[in-house]
Amino acid sequence: MRIRTQIVMVMNLDKCLGCHTCSITCKNVWASRPGAEYMWFNNVETRPGPGYPKRWEDQEKYKGGWVLKNGKLVLRSGGAISRLLNIFHNPHLPIIDDYYEPWSYNYEELANSEEKEHQPVARPYSLLDGKYIDAPKWGPNWNDDLAGGTFTASMDPNIEKLQKQIALEYEKTFMMYLPRLCNHCLNPACVAACPAGAIYKRHEDGIVLVDQESCRGWRFCITACPYKKVYFNWETKKSEKCTFCYPRIEAGLPTVCSETCVGRIRYLGPILYDADRILEVASTKDEKDLYEAQLSLFLNPFDPDVIAEARRQGISDAWINGAQRSPAYKMVVQWRIAFPLHPEYRTLPMIFYIPPLSPILDVNGKDLSPEEYIPFVDNMRIPLEYLASLFTAGDTKPIRMALLRLIAMRIHMRKITVGDVNENAYNKLMNEAGLEPSQLEEMHRLLSIAKYNERFVIPTANRNPEKHLDIHKGACGFEEIGEYNYKVAPKDLRIRNIR
Amino acid sequence: MVVSEKKIREKEEKRVTQVDGKLYDSWIAESYKSREWENLYRRRWEYDKVARSTHGVNCTGSCSWLIYVKDGIITWETQATDYPSNGYDFPDYEPRGCPRGASFSWYVYSPLRVKYPYIRGELLRAWREMRKKYDDPVVAWEHLVSNSELRGRYIKARGKGGFVRTSWDEVLELIAAAILSTIERYGPDRVAGVTPIPAMSTVSFSAGTRFLSLIGGSVLSFYDWYADLPPASPQIWGEQTDVPESGDWYNSKYFMIWGTNLPMTRTPDAHFMVESRYNGTKVVAVSPDYAEYVKFADLWLPVKPGTDGALALAMAHVIVKEYYVDKQEKYFIDYAKRYTDLPFLVILEKKGNAYRSGRFLNAADIGVNEKYAEWKFAIWDEIRNGPCVPTGSIGYRWDGSGKWNLDMRDSSGAQCSPILSFLDIKDETVPAEFPFFMGEKSFYIREVPAKRIKLSNGETVLVTTVFDLFAANLGVPRRGLSGEYPSSYDDKIPYTPAWQEDITGIDRKLAIRVAREFAENAARTKGKSMIALGAGTNHWYNSDLTYRAIISLVLLTGSQGVNGGGWAHYVGQEKVRHLEGFQLLAFANDWIRPPRTQNATAFYYVMSNVYWYEQRRKTQGSKYADMHPLDWIFLAVRLGWLPFYPQFDKNPIEIVKEARKAGYKTNEEIIRYVVEQIKEKKLKFALENPDDPKNSAKIFFNWRANLIGANGKGHEYLLKHMLGTSGHPLEEPKTEWKPETVTIGDKPIEGKLDLFVNIDFRWSGSSLYADIVLPAATWYEKYDISSTDMHPFIHPFTPAVSPLWEAKSDWEIFKALAKKLSELAKSHGIGEVEDLIASPLLHDTPDEIAQPLGKVIDWREKSNEIIPGKNFPKLSVVRRDYTKIYDMMITVGPLAEKSVATKGIEVSGEKAYSELKTRVPLSKDGKPLIEDERHVIEAILTFSGVSNGSFSLEEWNSLSKKVGHDLSDMIEGYEDVKYTLQDLISQPRRALPTPVWSGSEKGGRRYSPFTVNIEKNIPWRTLTGRQHFYLDHEFFLEFKETLPTYKPPLEPESYEPPKHLIASDRPFIKVRYLTPHQKWGIHSTYTDNLIMLTLFRGGQVIWLNEDDAKSIGVKDNDWVEVFNNNGVIACRAVVSYRIPRGVAIMYHAQDRTVGVPLSEITKDRGGTHNSTTRIRIKPTHLVGGYAQLSFSLNYYGPTGTNRDTFVYVRKMKEVSWE
Repeated sequence: MRIRTQIVMVMNLDKCLGCHTCSITCKNVWASRPGAEYMWFNNVETRPGPGYPKRWEDQEKYKGGWVLKNGKLVLRSGGAISRLLNIFHNPHLPIIDDYYEPWSYNYEELANSEEKEHQPVARPYSLLDGKYIDAPKWGPNWNDDLAGGTFTASMDPNIEKLQKQIALEYEKTFMMYLPRLCNHCLNPACVAACPAGAIYKRHEDGIVLVDQESCRGWRFCITACPYKKVYFNWETKKSEKCTFCYPRIEAGLPTVCSETCVGRIRYLGPILYDADRILEVASTKDEKDLYEAQLSLFLNPFDPDVIAEARRQGISDAWINGAQRSPAYKMVVQWRIAFPLHPEYRTLPMIFYIPPLSPILDVNGKDLSPEEYIPFVDNMRIPLEYLASLFTAGDTKPIRMALLRLIAMRIHMRKITVGDVNENAYNKLMNEAGLEPSQLEEMHRLLSIAKYNERFVIPTANRNPEKHLDIHKGACGFEEIGEYNYKVAPKDLRIRNIR
Repeated sequence: MVVSEKKIREKEEKRVTQVDGKLYDSWIAESYKSREWENLYRRRWEYDKVARSTHGVNCTGSCSWLIYVKDGIITWETQATDYPSNGYDFPDYEPRGCPRGASFSWYVYSPLRVKYPYIRGELLRAWREMRKKYDDPVVAWEHLVSNSELRGRYIKARGKGGFVRTSWDEVLELIAAAILSTIERYGPDRVAGVTPIPAMSTVSFSAGTRFLSLIGGSVLSFYDWYADLPPASPQIWGEQTDVPESGDWYNSKYFMIWGTNLPMTRTPDAHFMVESRYNGTKVVAVSPDYAEYVKFADLWLPVKPGTDGALALAMAHVIVKEYYVDKQEKYFIDYAKRYTDLPFLVILEKKGNAYRSGRFLNAADIGVNEKYAEWKFAIWDEIRNGPCVPTGSIGYRWDGSGKWNLDMRDSSGAQCSPILSFLDIKDETVPAEFPFFMGEKSFYIREVPAKRIKLSNGETVLVTTVFDLFAANLGVPRRGLSGEYPSSYDDKIPYTPAWQEDITGIDRKLAIRVAREFAENAARTKGKSMIALGAGTNHWYNSDLTYRAIISLVLLTGSQGVNGGGWAHYVGQEKVRHLEGFQLLAFANDWIRPPRTQNATAFYYVMSNVYWYEQRRKTQGSKYADMHPLDWIFLAVRLGWLPFYPQFDKNPIEIVKEARKAGYKTNEEIIRYVVEQIKEKKLKFALENPDDPKNSAKIFFNWRANLIGANGKGHEYLLKHMLGTSGHPLEEPKTEWKPETVTIGDKPIEGKLDLFVNIDFRWSGSSLYADIVLPAATWYEKYDISSTDMHPFIHPFTPAVSPLWEAKSDWEIFKALAKKLSELAKSHGIGEVEDLIASPLLHDTPDEIAQPLGKVIDWREKSNEIIPGKNFPKLSVVRRDYTKIYDMMITVGPLAEKSVATKGIEVSGEKAYSELKTRVPLSKDGKPLIEDERHVIEAILTFSGVSNGSFSLEEWNSLSKKVGHDLSDMIEGYEDVKYTLQDLISQPRRALPTPVWSGSEKGGRRYSPFTVNIEKNIPWRTLTGRQHFYLDHEFFLEFKETLPTYKPPLEPESYEPPKHLIASDRPFIKVRYLTPHQKWGIHSTYTDNLIMLTLFRGGQVIWLNEDDAKSIGVKDNDWVEVFNNNGVIACRAVVSYRIPRGVAIMYHAQDRTVGVPLSEITKDRGGTHNSTTRIRIKPTHLVGGYAQLSFSLNYYGPTGTNRDTFVYVRKMKEVSWE
């Protein structure tokens, strides 16, 4: 057993407002510079819809992730040889139209226009060729709130799979938001695909990074990532991706997208996992078993044997304690209400999602049973099959259970706060949901009260193993001046006091 | 570089690590070593400074943000998370902020920034020419605007480019000269300005309004004009708007969201709603489209647009039937008796064979001999089995008795026990008329129980209770009452659940179920049923009726004034928590009283000549109903209901001079002179001849706002008539229907304004159309304060960097203008003057009991007896010294020491004034100096109860005297708390409780309105002192709006464009046009920035149902023209099935500065979302001088509604830009 730690993010989609604040604050800090215009380390997708880049889930086209070939795990984009053959022409790489053609406006015209017949206006022009365009044709969030209607909604690969069951029409409208960032996978396809060895996963917090000094711009990572979360910077000619805000995480602060999430949907906390079993788990035969298999990698931080072994392997008590208080551990492992996105891609993604509730369908004309004060899971607008297609490789059972648990929490809390809950219906629901009242109350606290310090449990980076921290204390920040007398002081991990 | 396969293999093999003797295939970097490159991203995250600020934009957010500065550059912003906790078991207010706010730093260095003062070339050339000729700038301006060729040239150039840079010195001199010249020739009341929403940046607001008030200019309202004001709020509660902080949503157990898109437009607050669901709260969404908030609901009621009132009345029908008639829910009935007007008695007037309800029975009617007896109202007391006059009605507010309370005793102290209905003790039942507004049937006849009462004049009248009228109006059948009552919910008669079905599209069973659940929840939780309301329900012509219907649900269920219950209306950031200090400084009440403030809707109605385009309505055969809107406005103005400036057809300074010349000495004599002049028709209201150029406003300031690009209803009329540039109403001025009491000219004027000054940091629509654009500092470059009703904090703005380029803060700009104007006044020789001010009968002053019985008594028609302040505007004579404007601007004047009155609560300013002297520097003559914005903030905080405990205590003591109870415990323990600006910068602070507001934050409690009224027996500021279902003013009787009733949205017929357009070669559709608030901007701010434009479609769009779009051959992203008689918009279509058929949604205020091509119809630049709207005056909004129906700025007055609109949509053939 090789115990490693990762800061895991959970997003409660039921709380997501679809506001895109996360995307903007992230972009402001990390990706608003020439060459990065179309790079959205974090984006939010309206579903059903094609996502960003367009139809990224269509692996027939993009060849992302892993597949089992004769029981062996290989990149869908092929082994080293076939990748090499395509090194100068990669047919599976998204083209700019799959993202969008970035544009701006000649804003200067408003102030500088000569007097003329019509009111001056700032016209859009392409940032690629500088030519005027009449109107943008696609963007990073083109189908926001079901814009484009049937046309954009049915571009959703998940809808394609379920086409027969889903009607895209006014009366039956449903909608959800899906914020996405790099999944900082346990079995990252991008790392495997990089010919330059420029991508790695950090052992101490699980963050996957593209080394900007080593990257040679081959872009195999872009193809290999099934989530299309590695981008090619056209100025630097290197790949870039979400860094999970490691300068903040190292300081014990949440990522920018988490900190600024006004829906308060994001949670961060450590999880201990067994790094020895990654390959085995990623090679699970039936893709529907991948979700369960991935959970089996996560170690129980309350288990004395795990604790002893973790300590032996150099994991600090702060991190063990963090893993015990981790909101991610509770939601992913204990309550099983949070799921990985498309486990069938076999990258073992480490961003988890709580599926959303939705208004019940078709209430007009039907007499609703008064016992079911809060509408029931099977009546909801978002089809279970749709959610299962996103989160459990199509298995609706775990999704249904998670939604039941959310409902059970609501009804239990209503029983406590108002008391007008039908006893029989309550008992039936509790039975089916399979959580204790105390667990539902704990769930309520985390999901509803959601205090900052309970949403985010992030031990600071452990620098104890390093030498000469006393020297570093006075010298950090002066690296540019020249070499220290002490060659021993590592210069890389400067952690700044941010708050 | 060519990579060999071998090399790749080597790399991959390297990654096979050996751990514990086992070969392991791993991606995991096991070492910190050689990761030096990681410093790259760490360096980006390094910064030099964080400043706390917020965004001064009318969004209700008032969020605390941290602005990061790196290398002297503002780089990004994130939300602050250091709010005081709401308690261990309650969600906190962190983080607050939204995508719009997060994109603000883009503006700071963007090419959209106004960096220098600009002026239109045509104007500058003319000005320089005149300045060469005339040494005195004031004279130069006079010659410039008197020269019709010069004037015509720059006016026609408005909006057409051609700006040139100028210097602050030059441009300030021009503006100051223009103002002085206008004052001299026409009067100070010809200078007007608008800036909205003091809550969003109080100092910046006050900068200009203080300047305008000091010079005698008029300040326009905005909240009513924006149609964000819910007129139902003053009508029901006598309060502008008072709502729960968003945290209180979490206390609700049944939350209906009715026409307000919480995730989209209350983004930082929405989590409380979302999280309340996990606490067991049921959420119901009422919305015509599948809006973002529907996603969070348990039930969706897809109501047809504008029919919300019908649904609400049907729900009220169910609640009254089941909880008041069938079973009598004690909690509801006790509440209704004590806190609403439902038990009050109304006189029934005989009309033909039936009766109709008239006015309230008052104390004078029944011979109670007390001061203001006509303003004290009766209930039927079951103890004495006769009428009783409980204290608390408005007469007790002003009679000095100290008995203005809800104790349910009469003035002798004897207890009253009101009955709600006469059903069990009636003398007789009588048929009464209940009006109806759909189809042919104009009323229903239903019996009501009545009691016979002998009046003190010997007459016997029939009276009934408001409850009996309300129940009958709803059609709730009761035993013993016959008439046109339904026999069950399934009868399609108003207002049954079956009746509403065809109108709203909501299944009757669903309506019944939700009504029942709402009431049942309230009964169980003692009122924790809440309804969130917003623009979707409020932006309608008859929004007050809709709101009265919806609010009746929370009143009937005892949910108002309870934490977790009641109405929760959020449109516009109207709540200035620090209200007293703000009002004192913003309107220069510390120097000169009263200021000139006025309703903007009426002002723009006149300025944009909409009266030239009115279509005669179907005759109602009644006096007021058939009047031309301009006649309505003039009636309201001459009766003192509604202010209007310019006020008279003469310069008010000249009027006083003439009076003096004629030998009138004292102020009283001068006022007598004015009255005589009016009577002799030697002096007229300016409004009597609005097309005479001298009766028009001449100079207009727009700051912190976007009149042209965002809020200007009837955009094309504003462009054409107020500005005189190319506006394109698609209809011609009409002459067949002219006003009767007002003279209008031969043809409408084009270009009423001489000068339009815009102050902004960005090139907005208003910047493009202004004559002068002054560069304002952004919200990251100045000090200011902000508050909202959504949370209990007051947030500071602090500069992250000093103002960039030549920008200045609003405070600095108006200070500089004041200085220039004072200098010019001296050199030109305008010194001290006397100014005659006509002001309306104000709410929360004794004026509100000026016109008893709610009768319209027009002095012009009747005796011609004019009594200013009674049946005529109040008149006052004030002194101004134009050479001292600057000195007054920067010091707190002596009247602050005398008294500070807010919402009728008056305290001496003495203590606060001397306290302020210890908090700011002093002027040479010992006055508090507020030259620096930070000191303006200190002054506001010192003079406001929310931030100064001892000031609040004085206020509570003052109210205690009126109410007759000691209320000082409301602030107990906080008397010594005083917030300074530095406190607010250090951490957000929760407001202290003050009687200026009706809820309490004491002890960290969530603010909920009217909880203090309920818990402390403090009356509402209304006629009866209770929450009003019934309004008995003559106008309400005439327009049949005494009770909550259903009037459908206005007819589509009045939107017909010229026939040739709809008979064109292309298919078109006619759809209802909705303009809800948008996701990618706050009004027009943000909507033009590249981040927002990138995130959605990159320009103006309109949402259509996809089948509707298909029917006219329109695909997603196609260019379309949207038009009606008012104008044309060129934009792109977004098609979606989440929009119902027959409806188009053009999200509000996308402006027309970015990506808007030419229209094929007008061959000119396509319009804004307001190109297809126009101003329509609702007459009942004009009423004044009658209790809660009295004017106060942004409190009561006609609203600028825009939802009752229909548009035609057709595909564009080609896109052309020039």
